[in-house]
Amino acid sequence: MPGGAAGTGWTLYPPLSVQMGMGMDMAIFAVHILGMSSIMGSINIITTILNLRAPGMTLMKMPLFCWTWLVTGFLLIASMPILAGAVTMLLTDRHFGTSFFSAAGGGDPVLFQHIFWFFGHPEVYIIALPAFGVISHVIPAFSRKHLFGYTSMVYAIAAIGLISFFVWAHHMYVTGIPLTGQLYFMYATMLIAVPTGVKVFNWATTMWRGSLSFETPMLFALGFLVLFTIGGLTGLVLAMTAVDIQVQDTYYVVAHFHYVMVAGALFSAYAGLYFWLPKWTGHMYNEGLGKLHFWLSMIFFNIAFFPQHFLGLAGMPRRIPDYSQQFADFNMISTVGAFGFGFAQLLVLVVVFQAMKGGAKASAKPWDGAHGLEWTVPSPAPYHTFEDPPAFDPTEAHA
Amino acid sequence: MSHPVSADRYFVPEPSYWPLVGSISLLLMASGAVMTMNSIANGGLVLLAGFAVLLVMLFGWFGRVIGESEGGSYNLQVDRSFRWSMSWFIFSEVMFFAAFFGALFYVRVLSVPDLASPDQAALWEGFKGHWPTAGPAAKDPFTVMHAWGIPAINTLLLLSSGATLTWAHWGMIANKRQQLIIGLALTIVLGLVFISLQAYEYAEAYSHLNLKLTTGVYGSTFYMLTGFHGFHVTLGATMLIVILIRAMKGHFTAERHFAFEAVAWYWHFVDVVWLGLFVVVYWL
Repeated sequence: MPGGAAGTGWTLYPPLSVQMGMGMDMAIFAVHILGMSSIMGSINIITTILNLRAPGMTLMKMPLFCWTWLVTGFLLIASMPILAGAVTMLLTDRHFGTSFFSAAGGGDPVLFQHIFWFFGHPEVYIIALPAFGVISHVIPAFSRKHLFGYTSMVYAIAAIGLISFFVWAHHMYVTGIPLTGQLYFMYATMLIAVPTGVKVFNWATTMWRGSLSFETPMLFALGFLVLFTIGGLTGLVLAMTAVDIQVQDTYYVVAHFHYVMVAGALFSAYAGLYFWLPKWTGHMYNEGLGKLHFWLSMIFFNIAFFPQHFLGLAGMPRRIPDYSQQFADFNMISTVGAFGFGFAQLLVLVVVFQAMKGGAKASAKPWDGAHGLEWTVPSPAPYHTFEDPPAFDPTEAHA
Repeated sequence: MSHPVSADRYFVPEPSYWPLVGSISLLLMASGAVMTMNSIANGGLVLLAGFAVLLVMLFGWFGRVIGESEGGSYNLQVDRSFRWSMSWFIFSEVMFFAAFFGALFYVRVLSVPDLASPDQAALWEGFKGHWPTAGPAAKDPFTVMHAWGIPAINTLLLLSSGATLTWAHWGMIANKRQQLIIGLALTIVLGLVFISLQAYEYAEAYSHLNLKLTTGVYGSTFYMLTGFHGFHVTLGATMLIVILIRAMKGHFTAERHFAFEAVAWYWHFVDVVWLGLFVVVYWL
């Protein structure tokens, strides 16, 4: 590629992104195409949820996974076109002489950051909300109880989705936004902790006096709960403008978002994978390997990312190729953890491959505590699962 | 399998290869555009090939959908699905324009006044920051497009086209085919006149007003907003032409004509965007 690949990081900030070679143009069009696909997929999902539910399944009897996807679809349809607009302006600044992000022409590079983060912050919840949905199925199933506080969960999801559009400039505290702006974005960001706290407490309360068992999906769900809470709390720390100005662009931020994204989104994805793998493949997976996968992930994840809190507080900047000597020890620990975490993920490939190839046959409902329509059909589900609307038992609602 | 369905079954269309054709077209268009912008040989050809494949997909895919619709495959549930989908699609378009309107407001309220503030005096001496501006480094003067000339006529044209389209819809509902066809044709003519006037206005701006895409942030926001709007009017007019041809072929009934309504919604959306443009780009 002449001029190299797009090297701006995922945030595509100008003026760097205006100056790069044609790799940047390819990245811009890739964003356009992925955006179209996200919008079309979200329209499909929202329409399916709003119009094609089983008779008798009202919105407030819907599985929470569907609720999280309904809000996620809305976030995607509202935010992806904004990103498309931002990269379109980048493209015209690069090739057609416009001045959106050039001060000489009356524009401003910070304008891009505003538009980008208006998309970028909802994007975080686009990744996190479906993960929350998975957890809301796994924890009740292995607690053998209905989910605690279904209605408050729904309102919490909607509130998180809505507030996510009004907090974007907390990514931009050091760009010179006015003090009133900093204060507003600080309070608005902290507000998100309220619905998120509602969710965490509801998950914990669901387990209270439940008949718990600890199969791999439940282990990942619990791992999620503990680590995501840590990530959420460091998020509250970062929301404070005065603190964020100190640790902006340091490893503290890196540690924070890995606790939210890896332990939050990836661990939930694994919880969902192990939970529904018998349904997808028709075979039970190897429980021993699954548990090994969880414990290795849990241990190495913390070895990799926990020391980064200390690095960040001590002042190590992110995105730096050659850091100062005093950071070397913690970085070594972090590297060991990263390699361990990486290699542990090979186990999941083995588990999935084994389950695809064979193993003990899975019944229609391999988890005795699971609720929902998917457990009423054979494993694996037949081609085009429901051609006729299925009979829905309202007492089975609230997974 | 595709089958005419009763109201209580889910409609399951046959597997389709059209999305794959669409993906190939997108890949060709994106590659062609990148090649053209970076002066790589044959970029234009690749771009054209992308558009050609897109046309094939549009004809093939919409042809299939129209066939299913006229063949009676769609029950009321499918009709509702289409309505939800079109509404959300238009919402995504609203958000797309919101990005550019947001850029315009940011520039007028924040970045231009800031560049003229005493903090920046050392860098941009003498910059007044009065809108419209091409920025502190601009050399040549330019003139802006007057709101009460062509833009006002265009506002009238689009508003009337909304009325004629509604009149056509009344014709559809009352089973008056001729009123439907005349109303649609009038709407299309008004739309095409609008596009021609926009083209004339652009030519005028380039040749006499020295107002170009490169005219600083005023030119950037002016052409980006009006340009994307003009592109959407062109799309809408094209869709109206397809609906007119279908109406003349005897498609649609007084009760079932979602394609017409979808295009009408789209047309009204484009209309509303124009009103926003007229007020904040041309007038204020």
